[in-house]
Amino acid sequence: MNWQDFRAIQSRRSFFSQCAGGVGLAALAHLLQVEGRAATDPLAVKAPHFAPRAKNVIFLFMEGAPSQMDLFDPKPALQKWHGQPLPPSLTKDLKLAFIKPTAAVLASPRQFTPAGQCGMELSDLLPHLRTVADELCLVRSMYSEAFNHHPGQLLLFTGHTTFGRPTMGAWVTYGLGSESRDLPGFVVLTSGVGTSGGSDNFASGFLPSSYAGTVLRNTGDPILYLSNPAGISAESQRARLDAIRDLNGMRQQATGDEEIASRIHNYELAFRMQTAAPELLDFSKESPATLEMYGVGKEPTRPFATNCLLARRMVERGVRFVMLMHASWDHHSTINKGLERNCGITDQPTAALIKDLKQRGLLDETLVVWGGEFGRTPMAELRRPEDADNAGRDHHPNGFSLWLAGGGIRGGQVIGSTDELGLNIVEDKVHVHDLQATILHCLGMDHTRLTYRHMGRDFRLTDIGGEVVRKMLA
Amino acid sequence: MVAHVLRMCVFAAAVLQAQPPLPAPLARPVDFVGDVQPILRKRCSGCHGAAMQSSGLRLDDREATLRGGYSGAVIQKGDSAESKLIHRVAGLYGLQRMPPAGKPLSAEEIATLRAWIDQGAPWPDAVAKPAEAPRPAHWSFQPLRKPAPPPVRNAGWVRNPIDRFILARLEAEGVAPSPEADKATLLRRLSLDLTGLPPAPEEVSRFLADSRPDAYERAVGRLLASPHYGEKWARHWLDLARYADSDGYEKDWVRPWAWRYREWVIHALNQDMPFDRFTLYQLAGDLLPGAGLDAKIATGFHRNTLTNREGGVDNEQFRFENTVDRAATTGTVWMGLTFGCAQCHDHKYDPITQKDFYSLYAFFDNLEEVDIDAPYPGEIAPYERSRAEYEARRQALLDEYRVPELMAEWEKRILAAADNPGKWTDWDLAWDCVLKLTAGGDGAKILRKPPERRTPREWTILIDHFVRNYHFAVGKQKFEAARFPELDKKLAELRAAYPQLSQAMVVAEEETPRRTFLRIRGDYKTLGIEVGPAAPSFLKPLAAEGRPSRADLARWLTSRDHPLTARVTVNRAWQEFFGQGLVKTAEDFGTQGAKPSHPELLDWLAAEFIDQGWSFKQLHQMIVMSAAYRQSSAARPDLAERDPDNRLLARQARLRLSAESIRDSALAVSGLLNPSLGGRSVRPPQPKGVAELGYANSVKWEESTGAEQYRRGLYIHFQRTTPYPLLMNFDAPKSTVTQCRRQRSNSPLQALNLLNDPVFVEAAQAFARRVWAESPAAFESRMERAFRLALARPPKPEETARLRQYHATQKALLDREPQAVKALAFPAAADPWEAAAWTGVASVILNLDEFITRE
Repeated sequence: MNWQDFRAIQSRRSFFSQCAGGVGLAALAHLLQVEGRAATDPLAVKAPHFAPRAKNVIFLFMEGAPSQMDLFDPKPALQKWHGQPLPPSLTKDLKLAFIKPTAAVLASPRQFTPAGQCGMELSDLLPHLRTVADELCLVRSMYSEAFNHHPGQLLLFTGHTTFGRPTMGAWVTYGLGSESRDLPGFVVLTSGVGTSGGSDNFASGFLPSSYAGTVLRNTGDPILYLSNPAGISAESQRARLDAIRDLNGMRQQATGDEEIASRIHNYELAFRMQTAAPELLDFSKESPATLEMYGVGKEPTRPFATNCLLARRMVERGVRFVMLMHASWDHHSTINKGLERNCGITDQPTAALIKDLKQRGLLDETLVVWGGEFGRTPMAELRRPEDADNAGRDHHPNGFSLWLAGGGIRGGQVIGSTDELGLNIVEDKVHVHDLQATILHCLGMDHTRLTYRHMGRDFRLTDIGGEVVRKMLA
Repeated sequence: MVAHVLRMCVFAAAVLQAQPPLPAPLARPVDFVGDVQPILRKRCSGCHGAAMQSSGLRLDDREATLRGGYSGAVIQKGDSAESKLIHRVAGLYGLQRMPPAGKPLSAEEIATLRAWIDQGAPWPDAVAKPAEAPRPAHWSFQPLRKPAPPPVRNAGWVRNPIDRFILARLEAEGVAPSPEADKATLLRRLSLDLTGLPPAPEEVSRFLADSRPDAYERAVGRLLASPHYGEKWARHWLDLARYADSDGYEKDWVRPWAWRYREWVIHALNQDMPFDRFTLYQLAGDLLPGAGLDAKIATGFHRNTLTNREGGVDNEQFRFENTVDRAATTGTVWMGLTFGCAQCHDHKYDPITQKDFYSLYAFFDNLEEVDIDAPYPGEIAPYERSRAEYEARRQALLDEYRVPELMAEWEKRILAAADNPGKWTDWDLAWDCVLKLTAGGDGAKILRKPPERRTPREWTILIDHFVRNYHFAVGKQKFEAARFPELDKKLAELRAAYPQLSQAMVVAEEETPRRTFLRIRGDYKTLGIEVGPAAPSFLKPLAAEGRPSRADLARWLTSRDHPLTARVTVNRAWQEFFGQGLVKTAEDFGTQGAKPSHPELLDWLAAEFIDQGWSFKQLHQMIVMSAAYRQSSAARPDLAERDPDNRLLARQARLRLSAESIRDSALAVSGLLNPSLGGRSVRPPQPKGVAELGYANSVKWEESTGAEQYRRGLYIHFQRTTPYPLLMNFDAPKSTVTQCRRQRSNSPLQALNLLNDPVFVEAAQAFARRVWAESPAAFESRMERAFRLALARPPKPEETARLRQYHATQKALLDREPQAVKALAFPAAADPWEAAAWTGVASVILNLDEFITRE
């Protein structure tokens, strides 16, 4: 259902709910069956505030904070300072997690060259991404207030560094519902190790738990408790569900409680999920070229490629918000090896996702975001000073890079810049709240109007900040 | 190029220096009333006047004006150029210009203010004080009175005073209450509400057969006396206490002794500890003269805050955040107010100023987190008998691995690094790990103590830390060469081989009192004025001798004339019995919260609660004895339009059970439940991949074995970053912040959970086996037994018919699948085929909406 159809359905719904008699209810029930949604369904499609540019979001969360000066933000000046501390005048107000502001500078060994027609400079660690440079809106001027992982991830996803608030995916499904009739509206995929934020990165906070992200798992059942228990075949599951439905229906007649209708509906949805999720995971109808493009069939790309392909398949099926987490980019030591490894895993599938969405005409309606919770220092972290290869970089929230592509975004541009050492932003500062406001804007929502009343006040994803970054928009 | 960066910095500094020109002060003497007061009135006192004092500043009152705001004085008499008031109105030093809206002050106005300050800021006595603002009139801040229960026409319906309040309102609206629910429904409702468990069929039949007039009251008495009462109501309190078994942040370390607090809550509720004492113990148990172990364990309430052990974390920041949480949680749990809003600024809607918040904060600012020996009876003697031998063996192990020698060097170098940050980056990291990764105590404090002054407990903590974390200093190679992983294992084995004392996480007061400062914009680094512990200014003052303590705070909260504590507490109890509070927003009794549906009833209940000695059991008994509580929960089509939310209480409510209660019910009816009380947390089976979502795969979920697997839901280990799935699917709180009420969502994941989770499949199998064992073999008999076990009622003919049909279908399907028969039939069934079909029937029943609902 598209945005325009939505209003039609809404008006039909209000028509039926005004019919007091049985005919109205039966008609309503029929309509709901067609829509696959109960009237009280928290995930029913809701109208955005204004015409959206994107319908769905794929957020590629690179957990642990990837190093911007080795990937996206070339800093040749670091070569001159390599091995020496920066003048105290530059670092006196710097507060870092592990290292001291007096730490020696670490030059990047990477080569940066212009990519695409736009000519944005990208690192040699991203040979595939550079082939879609003209789709990317690269932001080199992101900043955050948190310089530890868990608070940083909370800020990125909930708009606040403390606990208890809903995450971005929860806000989006709360605001828009989901078009998928048989998959959850907010799905989380993981590769690598677990993240600092754990389930806080996709929790529903004070929103109803229906808006929490559902993890599509890579071990066992793809969705928790999805497969039938041993001894229950599909037919026997259906028989079980039919009996449950009928007995619940009898109870509803006896008590008049509408919540039971909702329960019946959710059992049916669960059953459909049992079919839809395996279908989602079945790549047999994907062409060999597609599989190859993502790198599904080989290591080390396989796990991340699988998730990227699943992300495309999910937005095709109407899933509203797909969050794909890869951990970890927290390279306090052996950063060169660590980046080579992570880029080896993620670069090809990421670029393939953009290309694939584009070739299927989905990129225009899908917003893709790639980034971590903050960036890394131009100075070295030396946990084993005696071993040069052991050098890494510390957390750096004052200026980092992130990119967006797809629905509503003007590709082929670089926004903002940092100073020659990558310490501070000198142009177009973009706060995490601004990013959140822009993402919501692309989805047709005003971040100041997407609110939920809790503890006596209206909360929103962007807390009390956030401005849409107009430059990002197409 | 760096030169360029440097130039830019110089340039930026120059921008900061380039201030707008500051108008010179008027040359003539100014008159306060004629010249100055009009400016202050017109341009300032909207935000800094009687109604509102932004940033704590008031400019319509002489004393307050000269005192200044949260950041300190704004007027330096005789020196306007150094006065913040002038900086602000002139927009100097990058500060936001005041007033923030409308035209800036004119040059002449600024010149007038400057002249006034330079001339000594004279302010005549006659106009020193403005007219006082009225005290806040909000209902919940008004004194608690005990209204007389109102008269009603249908006095026959009334069972106790609660009913008069409910019925008077219904009669005024012309609505009749619902009939009483049938007896079986009532008993199931009572059992679930008071103990969280369904009634056994025998209890139901006894109750049905009991025709004495006080049969219901006896049932209530029996359930209130059940030890499971404490479990059910502890779970409710644990939501408020944000109880969990792990740190919460990132590494999310397990807290192996957190459950001592949970156990204390269960026992306190079972003993019906009066709520005033319950409050005093939790807020200040450590401060009570001669405080027993119990009182100390109770302070675990404020150990449920989160801990961040991420490297590089500023411990001072997290101490601040935890103190903020303690103040905000106390404000919410006892006063039902959103104190947390005033961390950064005065509350936007309620009269809570930022100063009020930090005055509450000050009670907790001096609090120290300590872990203590908290032995159970009988633990001490064997511990002491074996101590010398244990210590000797431990020392021998430490010597064998050269710990004393290596550790001395480690201590020296780590302290040197701590004093010379940046000099030795490897030792910097080791020092940071002392700050974050010391288990059971404050590593930095211990290290800084001269070795001869360390207690044995401190030595143990430090040595254990050293053995586990030496590699941060010297690298993995040397760490392994010293064979410390092996030593760590041996030390653990030795520990396990000897009696040890149980521990508890509690709080204490720091030796040196801390000075508390308001934090400007809630930023822990920006200190404002100094504040002391005090009651919020809009409530009655807190009397204490000397500096008020946490104990004084607890006594003030539970004093008879506190307007909020009792109201807030009885409202939450009501919420548990009716699905929503008389005040719907249980967490917010402020001006933005909901109004009470029955304000007089709320007050009467609160006053009665105090009169009954703050007894929860009396309160709960009174509520469940009422006719209002006993009403049927069937929908009222006649009220669907008028009262869709049931605010009039013309019926009871059908309420989906809590996550824990759903599990407990399935285990109880299937006979699997292990009903033992208290004790440590358990880890029931959980699919692979759940715990693995935690930080760097560090969360380990070692399944409990045997009967431990079947303990009640409230004993399930709560790992904050990767909670047990059932708890999340059915709306248990994430336990990071206090939660006053739970959602009751309805989702497809819940269906999958109940249909397919092996825990529920096992329950279905056991349920079927139990039905077979306890009933004659006829289908109808078994069906009747199953319904009575699960739903406390016999099946209706159409239900039996439908299940007979399902049973036949299932049997036919099983006919073709011998493997399925094997998987589903319970062990040792005489007729596995039939037994497998019955596992299906049992599972249908455990999935019914009615089964997971309290009607």
